[in-house]
Amino acid sequence: MADLKLENVSKSYGEVSVLKDINLDIQSGELIVFVGPSGCGKSTLLRMIAGLEKITGGSLDIDGVRVNDVPPANRGIAMVFQSYALYPHMTVRDNMAFALKIAKQSKEEIDTAVEKAAKMLQLTDYLDRLPKALSGGQRQRVAIGRAIVRDPKVFLFDEPLSNLDAALRVATRIEIAQLKESMPDRTMIYVTHDQVEAMTLATRIVVLANKGIAQVGSPLDLYERPENEFVAQFIGSPAMNLIPGKITATGARTEVTLENGVKAYSAVPTQEGDLGREVNIGVRPEDFKPGGEQDCCFTGKVAITEKLGEVTLLYFEPQSGRDAVIAKLPGIHNGLRASTVTLAADPEKIHLFADGRSLLYR
Amino acid sequence: MSPILQGLITIVLGVGGCVAYFYTSNLILDKVIFPPKGANPGRNINRANMVRPWLFMLPAILALGTYLAYPVVGSFWRSLFNRDGSQFIGLGNYEKLAVDDTFRQAVLNNFLWVLFVPALATFFGLMAAQLTDRLKWGNFAKSLIFMPMAISFVGASLIWKFVYANNPTIGMINAVRDYFHLIPVDPLQIPFWNNFFLMVILIWIQTGFAMVILSGALRGIPEETVEAAVLDGANSFQLFFKIKVPQIMSTIIVVWTTITILVLKVFDIVYATTGGNFGTQILPSYMMQYMFRDDGRATAVAFVIMIIVLPVMIWNIVQARKELR
Repeated sequence: MADLKLENVSKSYGEVSVLKDINLDIQSGELIVFVGPSGCGKSTLLRMIAGLEKITGGSLDIDGVRVNDVPPANRGIAMVFQSYALYPHMTVRDNMAFALKIAKQSKEEIDTAVEKAAKMLQLTDYLDRLPKALSGGQRQRVAIGRAIVRDPKVFLFDEPLSNLDAALRVATRIEIAQLKESMPDRTMIYVTHDQVEAMTLATRIVVLANKGIAQVGSPLDLYERPENEFVAQFIGSPAMNLIPGKITATGARTEVTLENGVKAYSAVPTQEGDLGREVNIGVRPEDFKPGGEQDCCFTGKVAITEKLGEVTLLYFEPQSGRDAVIAKLPGIHNGLRASTVTLAADPEKIHLFADGRSLLYR
Repeated sequence: MSPILQGLITIVLGVGGCVAYFYTSNLILDKVIFPPKGANPGRNINRANMVRPWLFMLPAILALGTYLAYPVVGSFWRSLFNRDGSQFIGLGNYEKLAVDDTFRQAVLNNFLWVLFVPALATFFGLMAAQLTDRLKWGNFAKSLIFMPMAISFVGASLIWKFVYANNPTIGMINAVRDYFHLIPVDPLQIPFWNNFFLMVILIWIQTGFAMVILSGALRGIPEETVEAAVLDGANSFQLFFKIKVPQIMSTIIVVWTTITILVLKVFDIVYATTGGNFGTQILPSYMMQYMFRDDGRATAVAFVIMIIVLPVMIWNIVQARKELR
């Protein structure tokens, strides 16, 4: 029902620039997730869309109308805050009805809307309670209900699950996914630092870093074809391993000779001019498998193992000042600690990065 | 001996005495009375722990008992006697109060004071707190509004006596009247309304107090609730009265009741301006008037004031505790 268009949107506080030239088209009905490290400006961007922060550069269009200077209440948006932001002195019913009362809707309309939202969120029994008499999960549902009641074009979620405990977080995440399904034409923008939330909920993920967008794409796009080392390491847990080497043969299949003389083969095609280029190969911990002496890609001494049952994590001793290589092997592996292990990976699973950017995109 | 030295010695003796009391009494309890050895060490430790709180509270209980609890009972008992305390007259003092017109006037005036001063001081304080909050020079404005708090009631009364002065070259009000060629009036002699001119002085003083406390409370409101209300479409008035004020209601009540209690104690303002003449008498100044003369009714007035203050005080404490929770 609502398209959003961000054009060169920037934010600075005086001299300090926080976000620069954000360009983003959001289609009606999408669930867009903003992720990024702390302080990357993801919440600020959301608050700019909400109208709680002034846009200091560029323009924001909702449904083709420039809304830079439209007051928050008239933008057709509703926001769910991390801290719930319920009005503590009002009952659940009054919390949800507040916006409608302000908008001077009739009592019947308000009652119908509130009852409907309460039923949807299983809050009917709690309508006459004060927020302090509710659990964290119920409070967050009230906050979501307050947004639903207004029937906005765009829903904004600012880390809505961060204050909930682990079990409740999963349950509420699924509720949000179902909510989205029940309102397919509503646009939602969701800010989180939690990858699982991003991967499971998003139609598209926007990775923010260094005042700008690092990559926009579907969750699996970001996972399988990261554009740069930042996205490669940010998406997926544990982070992707980067091992330096030099391109020694080009073509549809690229040969990279690593520091220790081992040859790695990547399915990423390269051009002749790339010969001799310094690159990093990227391998996800879960793409490693045990290999022989001469296999790509890595041989090292295991420093620590973590056995999680379904997988075993191997943390290798750091080599030449780089981050320790991590491997994730399916199943349980005993007795690997302090032993030397060689790992291999399929060429399809080996990413190539030159100067921080993936050679897949150019 | 120089006064500074005297002061220092007093401080050292006072603080040292406190430390010595707590330290040695605790030591005696643990080592001498209930030593954790001998036949029943466990029982001794438990007993020592049961006695310890009382040991530590003893000085406070004695001080509060002597200077707070005893005077209440003592005053009541004293109010049942004649002036020099030689003759028991039962409720005689109270009977005399009941038929005294000035006393009735004082009760009525005090009622007006209690009605208007806390309400207006709290209201102005709340307005000042909200309006100065976002201003660049807000802190400067706040310190100006707060400044009367630092002036004694007598000092403030004198300042306002000048404002109200009959002489147009001194009094501000009559200076303004003079400018419009009106004859000077003495605001403090206008029956009934002079009460309000006196109340202005206390409101002027107490607005600063209300402002400081309420400004703190306003800042304590979670910013998100305000933002959520902005998104919900509330305008500034709705934000203030429907979101902010209800959230600081308990603080408002504490401020209100605190000023109410103060109002019931203030005698200086009336005493220093009209001396209770022209129909401006209130209970505390009425009490002062009878303190050292006539009959023994001053203690009776004191007791009446206490009875009136008590419920407000209880409510104040209940609210303050609620707020702490």
